[in-house]
Amino acid sequence: MDILVLLKQTFDTEERITVENGKVKEDGVRFVINPYDEYAVEEAIRLKEEHDGTVTILSIGPSRTEEAIRTALAMGADEAVLADDESLFGDEYTAAKVLAAMVKVRNYDLIIGGNQAVDDGSGQVAVRLAEELGIPHISTLTKLEINGTEVVGHRDAEGDVEVVTATLPVLVTAQQGLNEPRYPSLIGIRKAGKKPLTHVTAADLRLSPEDLTARTEIVETYLPKPKEAGRILQGEMNDQVKELVHSLTNVEKVVG
Amino acid sequence: MKFTLDQEHEQLRRLVRDFADREVAPGAAERDESEHFDRGLFEKMAELGLTGIPWPEEYGGAGMDFLAYVIAVEELSRVCASTGVVLSAHTSLAGWPIYKFGTEEQKQKYLRKMAEGEWLGAYALTEPGSGSDSGAMRTTAKLDGDHYVLNGSKVFITNGGAADVYVVFALTEPEKKTRGVTAFIVEKGMPGFSIGKKEKKMGIRASTTVELIFEDCRVPVENRLGDEGFGFKIAMMTLDGGRNGIAAQAVGIAQGAFEQARDYAKQRVQFGKPISDLQAIQFKLADMATKIEASRLLTYQAAWLESSGLPYGQASAMSKVFASDTAMEVTTEAVQVFGGYGFIREYPVERMMRDAKITQIYEGTNEIQRMVIARHILTQQK
Repeated sequence: MDILVLLKQTFDTEERITVENGKVKEDGVRFVINPYDEYAVEEAIRLKEEHDGTVTILSIGPSRTEEAIRTALAMGADEAVLADDESLFGDEYTAAKVLAAMVKVRNYDLIIGGNQAVDDGSGQVAVRLAEELGIPHISTLTKLEINGTEVVGHRDAEGDVEVVTATLPVLVTAQQGLNEPRYPSLIGIRKAGKKPLTHVTAADLRLSPEDLTARTEIVETYLPKPKEAGRILQGEMNDQVKELVHSLTNVEKVVG
Repeated sequence: MKFTLDQEHEQLRRLVRDFADREVAPGAAERDESEHFDRGLFEKMAELGLTGIPWPEEYGGAGMDFLAYVIAVEELSRVCASTGVVLSAHTSLAGWPIYKFGTEEQKQKYLRKMAEGEWLGAYALTEPGSGSDSGAMRTTAKLDGDHYVLNGSKVFITNGGAADVYVVFALTEPEKKTRGVTAFIVEKGMPGFSIGKKEKKMGIRASTTVELIFEDCRVPVENRLGDEGFGFKIAMMTLDGGRNGIAAQAVGIAQGAFEQARDYAKQRVQFGKPISDLQAIQFKLADMATKIEASRLLTYQAAWLESSGLPYGQASAMSKVFASDTAMEVTTEAVQVFGGYGFIREYPVERMMRDAKITQIYEGTNEIQRMVIARHILTQQK
């Protein structure tokens, strides 16, 4: 079984976010494999161990992404392709176009991605890719079974489990709980350095400027307001109630 | 000259740091309190390939170098000094002499299982009357047919009791003193070999330290490590490299304590501002960070020398003495930064300060290290 894994490198979720000049500061920040994509990598390696085949990592991002890719290779993926040409960076729309172009030149039975990236959290790219490729998808999986070409996916449906069947080729996305990702072993780390990592550009992928034009624009980036101390109302009960109603209506504007 | 790690070493550091933070750190205080050596942790380290980092793949190792090994010991010790010394004694005290002086059969039989983490290793040199003066050894080994018969006892043996394989030093020709010492590979359970007193320690309490007793212990001739009379040399050469593992342990302890002190100073408010705004605290943190960095560079340099096949005896004595003195100083200052809270067991700097002390003592006291350094610098050609 040939499996493609969509991988994004994201901020370590434990990092403190600093915004400077309207942008999230990246200096001195630790980057990791997007945790949902790590489940995808683990699932792909498990399927490969069970059914044979290959696991190829597909990624879009700056050259620092190589570090996350090497970790996936050390875990057991076979090869990787990185689109680190800046003209390929855009939004969810362009990411799906770029990934589709990367996928189309390869054989595959299954594509696995994370349910969402922990940085911008749109949860769109993998699903858009399935649409671009014209294949079915099952998202937010907590369990995946494959027998021959039959696929059974257990979806996390807002706390319930939805069981969805499909036939390969299919795209699925991983939810927390799908598996427990392994640590790469030292032997894995050593082998990873020798596994192929190819870089692709807009020219390689034959994408038009139209395909690479983002459909969305980030207008502003800001941190949530720091939480302020609460206010304790005092005085006669009647006055307190009046003040509470006044505050909720006119200051906090939560009652209209 | 390059001061950055290559990709492989950088990945190894990330791997061990993740593993240490997620698997080793959470139980460290509890293991210290209950003096519990957790074999399960050693087995998890084996799964990652940490139990045989510098040994070739043909012997079950990861095929990396001594720099990779010291980075692993450092990162483990950053959260749990006991786990650091377990790996250090296993690798550089027990594994190293077998790798260096063992026959092919001995390496296949012992080093492989140790590298794969199935067996834990220990090194037994020290005796009640023979510490820094290893020549005062009393344990004897007499040849009897196809066996040596060992009699005597060893003390302060790290990993002892828990270990499956012991590199033991005994006198085959007592009258020749150090030139009559021979090394043996002794397995747990060999007849006449038993575990004595288990020491209650100030620090590294989640690693075992015990007495070994040999009463007519019969060890097959094929378990002799190296030639008869060559044991003292094996013991000393093993310590030459082994002490750099202790330097790495010390760097890790100091780094862990420094991070605790730094983070605490930033959030502890006194006189209306974080104490990290006070110059008295800033200077402490600056000195800590500087000395840790110097210790780390000395340690990595010694590891690099050993990996490159260059002489490393002087370098590892320097790294051991400097890093362990730094660990003691940094952990003491970290407790000071914490103030009263630092003296309470709830905060990890208290444990780190107790753990740091032994790094100035074992695998050659710092006084012995200074003698080693002096001997090197006074006999060198200019």
